[in-house]
Amino acid sequence: MTAVSISNLSVAFGRNSILAELDLTIAQGEFVVIIGPNGTGKTTLLRAIAGLLPSTGNISLFGRPLAEYSRRQLALLMAMVPQATPTDFPFTVAETVLMGRSPHLGLLGFEGEGDLALARRAMAFTGVDHLADRLLAELSGGERQRVIIARAICQEPRLILLDEPTAALDPAHQVKILDLMERLRREQGVTVVMVSHDLNLGAIYGDRLILLQGGRIRAAGPPQQVLTEERLAQCYGCSMVVEQGANGVPRVFPVPGA
Amino acid sequence: MVLLVGLGLLVLAAWAGISVGSSVTGFRDTFDLFTGRAEISQVSAVIIREIRIPRVFLAAVVGATLALGGLVFQALLRNPLAEPYILGVSGGSAIGAILAMLAGFSPFPGVALAAFAGSMVTLMLVLIPAARRREVINRDSLLLGGVMMNAFCGAMIMFLISISRSAEVHHILFWLMGDLSTSTREQLPILLTVLPSFCLIFLLARPMNLLLTGRENAAAMGVNVRRVTVLLLIATTFMVAVAVCQSGLIGFVGLVIPHVLRLLIGPDHRLLVPASILTGASFLVVCDLLARTLPATGEMPVGIVTAMIGAPLFIFLLWRANR
Repeated sequence: MTAVSISNLSVAFGRNSILAELDLTIAQGEFVVIIGPNGTGKTTLLRAIAGLLPSTGNISLFGRPLAEYSRRQLALLMAMVPQATPTDFPFTVAETVLMGRSPHLGLLGFEGEGDLALARRAMAFTGVDHLADRLLAELSGGERQRVIIARAICQEPRLILLDEPTAALDPAHQVKILDLMERLRREQGVTVVMVSHDLNLGAIYGDRLILLQGGRIRAAGPPQQVLTEERLAQCYGCSMVVEQGANGVPRVFPVPGA
Repeated sequence: MVLLVGLGLLVLAAWAGISVGSSVTGFRDTFDLFTGRAEISQVSAVIIREIRIPRVFLAAVVGATLALGGLVFQALLRNPLAEPYILGVSGGSAIGAILAMLAGFSPFPGVALAAFAGSMVTLMLVLIPAARRREVINRDSLLLGGVMMNAFCGAMIMFLISISRSAEVHHILFWLMGDLSTSTREQLPILLTVLPSFCLIFLLARPMNLLLTGRENAAAMGVNVRRVTVLLLIATTFMVAVAVCQSGLIGFVGLVIPHVLRLLIGPDHRLLVPASILTGASFLVVCDLLARTLPATGEMPVGIVTAMIGAPLFIFLLWRANR
């Protein structure tokens, strides 16, 4: 079954076209990594899938047009981890994670034992359970990111959208978070769409890489097909060496001064 | 638990407000009147029924409305300085009311309707340009538009006062400073029209929590940001306009009460909404009691008391929170 089906998608801010006539299909249970240079529309694509932007063209989620979903129905289906979250509000980590339950509870429902258990488990997953009573504003960037990821897990989505989730994390937490995504995918069939600048992590975890440049898809496919020296040099404007690593996973190194 | 304390506070404040005044009636009389245990003098009964109870009720409803309005605007604009009057609601209704007073309309329904119309017009003038920009109402343009609208309304009010005849000026100025002395029993049904707004805002308490984490986050967690924003704005403007045309401009309640409560019971709006209603009501009843009894003769506008208590209290809390 298709999780996300996009055809002829265009997004423009005023006169600036960000995405142009984009077509993309993502299968249920797929781990897709969107890569590309800065300012090529990766985040915009993610926000368009989340229904947070006005766009032209067609987006369907699980076989139903995006526009036919209410905001709450969308939140039951998909969770989003943005690049940055405002922290100028005085909620604790536990309260923030518990907010992931809101679409399940509606306007009047109060969180029950089950919701609390889910939140505790999500916090344990991302390693923030010891921070439960701290304020979000007091945490480091990496800890904050893990709180928001825990909130997304708590939402129990079928599709999870991550915008550079590992940018602020140390290597151990990068791998831990992505292992967790991989596990959600394997055990519960969750579809994962992630924007990342880390080509190597993308190659390890992604079933498929989507290389965006200038608002269009330059290449899409398994990592070893997409990550070629020639194409990367063309897109990023910088020489990169691509090596074959273990299990045929390509490894990319930028070449300084070239 | 918190709400029980708030309710107790309100009952105490209301009892004190009903019992104390310039003429001699005591706590005992109020108790006797309500329980019917002992006969109290005809005069006392009339004073309590016709003057004190409507006045305390007016103070309670206005206080609750202003505190709740402040809470909503602070959440909506994510700005700690927001208060119910920020979007030009006060200025607009003041202009409407002053025009009606100058034209010689009766306090009700003429002045009230004019005040309400004025506040709705200014809200629309602020809302429409802010809403036209893309899909979601932009909170910064809302805030800036509101501040500009208030400044313009302030100038208009001064202009209207400067051209009016001296007899009306005192009345208008008194009203501008916040005045609860016009309370009558006939106001009760009008005041009850704020109740649907209270209920609607309580229903939207969870979306308000989510809105605090940012619009995109709220949307991603299932909040229809545009609809919730518009509903909250209309509900709040309506109830604030009701309060303003019954009582004039009473400052600081909407600013101080939500902040104090946030420091005491945390940021969850499902608790803050009812707590603001109860505490705002108690606060204004007590302030009104002081405004009635402190001056040796007559009384002073309650707006003076709220500002004189509210501003130092607020600075004290800020100072304590920053230590």
